[in-house]
Amino acid sequence: MKYILMMNTMKAGRGVPEWAHKDLQAHIAFMMGLNKDLRQSGEFVSAEGLAFPDQAKLVRAGKDGLPITDGVFPESKEFLAGYWILDVDSPERAYTIAAKVSAAPGPGGAPLNMPIEVRPIMSGPPPEML
Amino acid sequence: MTKPWDATSEHLLRELAPQVLGAVARRFRDFSSAEDAVQEAMIAAFRQWPQEGIPDNPRGWLIQVATRRMTDQVRSEIARRERETVVASETDIVIPTVDIESDMDPDDTLILLFMCCHPALTSSSAIALTLRAVGGLTTAEIANAFLVPEATMAQRISRAKQNIKASATPFRLPSLQERAERLPAVLHVLYLIFNEGYASSIGAHLQRFDLAREAIRLTRGAKALLPEDAEVTGLLALMLLTDARRHARTGPDEELIPLDKQDRTLWDRAAISEGTELLTAALSRGSVGLYQLQAAVAAVHDEASRAEDTDWPQILALYELLKRVAPSPMVTLNHAIAVAMVHGASKGLELLKTLDTDVRISGHYRLDAVRAHLLEMVGDYESAIKHYRIAASRTTNIAEQNYLMTQAARLAERRP
Repeated sequence: MKYILMMNTMKAGRGVPEWAHKDLQAHIAFMMGLNKDLRQSGEFVSAEGLAFPDQAKLVRAGKDGLPITDGVFPESKEFLAGYWILDVDSPERAYTIAAKVSAAPGPGGAPLNMPIEVRPIMSGPPPEML
Repeated sequence: MTKPWDATSEHLLRELAPQVLGAVARRFRDFSSAEDAVQEAMIAAFRQWPQEGIPDNPRGWLIQVATRRMTDQVRSEIARRERETVVASETDIVIPTVDIESDMDPDDTLILLFMCCHPALTSSSAIALTLRAVGGLTTAEIANAFLVPEATMAQRISRAKQNIKASATPFRLPSLQERAERLPAVLHVLYLIFNEGYASSIGAHLQRFDLAREAIRLTRGAKALLPEDAEVTGLLALMLLTDARRHARTGPDEELIPLDKQDRTLWDRAAISEGTELLTAALSRGSVGLYQLQAAVAAVHDEASRAEDTDWPQILALYELLKRVAPSPMVTLNHAIAVAMVHGASKGLELLKTLDTDVRISGHYRLDAVRAHLLEMVGDYESAIKHYRIAASRTTNIAEQNYLMTQAARLAERRP
């Protein structure tokens, strides 16, 4: 069964985190290692990091069907920083991986404990006859 | 001398895969590497044969290619060891010199089937390994069927083989007793492959590798190897009797059409009669099991030329038997439908109440879907709408969700 793990951490108007060099390196190494593990376990479907919110546009169709774009976001809102799509054997396994992501190291190496939204993807499991 | 590649060639090639693997694995005493080598030989054949024609001795060709890979690997392994230690220990490295081809064993495919459906594996890895080692599918085809990257599928298969290695299962036919113990796991894997294929043949996934047909082919093979086992035959019958309806169960917009609304003239008569014959033969052997009983239910549905002609009392009797042979909340759920059809929807609803406290199914969309259907039958539209919507929010299958939302919308419009 497939799940998406969404990491909602970014705040509008806030750029690259201003962490110490070694903290940033530890964080990047952690994420790379996690992806490597997920590939090796045969559970990886895809993962992407998203550009910072200041590059995001909110688009709506106008009366003429043409796009109306809006780029300014309210300061308080959280944004999707990245996601993983995984194919795992159970929801519990998806939660375990989400907890790992959540505990990615932040400043001083302390776990960030970010909220990770885990949602099933509408691709099954197929309706079993049994 | 070669033969041109035609529509039957792919089948031939896939049938050869487990035979070749069996011979190579036994000779080199290394299932895991042999499986990789045969996969490479299969890919080479899929690349060359359609253009150059099928060699005179296709099996010999595959064995030769796989053996060459194995030998290369063994040689580089010896070289590596020689680099590491002055005295190389070659005792466990075997390079066969005699003709492997004379070493075919008809039981090899069966050995492989039991090996790949090993109890140490999760179902997703058992499925992947079975499709490659027994089914002769390429990693890319399996990845495509499950919509995951090829590298992920390759990794899943490789880990499955590591688990088998760790379990120290010898490459031989399990004893009769072991076979009896492990056959249910084998049948379950084949059933899951079929179910995945049957469900995913809906809508956007039509271009995927046809797993339902593949499951039928593998189960045919299993039946040929275990002709006396009534459950293997029962499972094959169940697959045929279910797959016979494939063209009727989706509409022009790929929407799901329930059994009672299907155009039954679209059902595959040949598959139905084959399934029915197999089932009759299986049932006459006396030991009735889970798959035979489900096949029997499918056969009763398939026999009715109109939904209203369905012999529900017979289906009810079959579910009562199923509840005794293989009780599960899913069986109770289906039993409740049969009860509703024979004794009235309110009796069915009473039976559903017993499932509300069963944690295995209480939050499952199927329970709400059946309840909604029975509530509609008794005329309680408000509650039916509510449960159709709960079911729609809980399913993770898009076709099913669309169907359930549509049912709720249809009832809501009928409301005064």
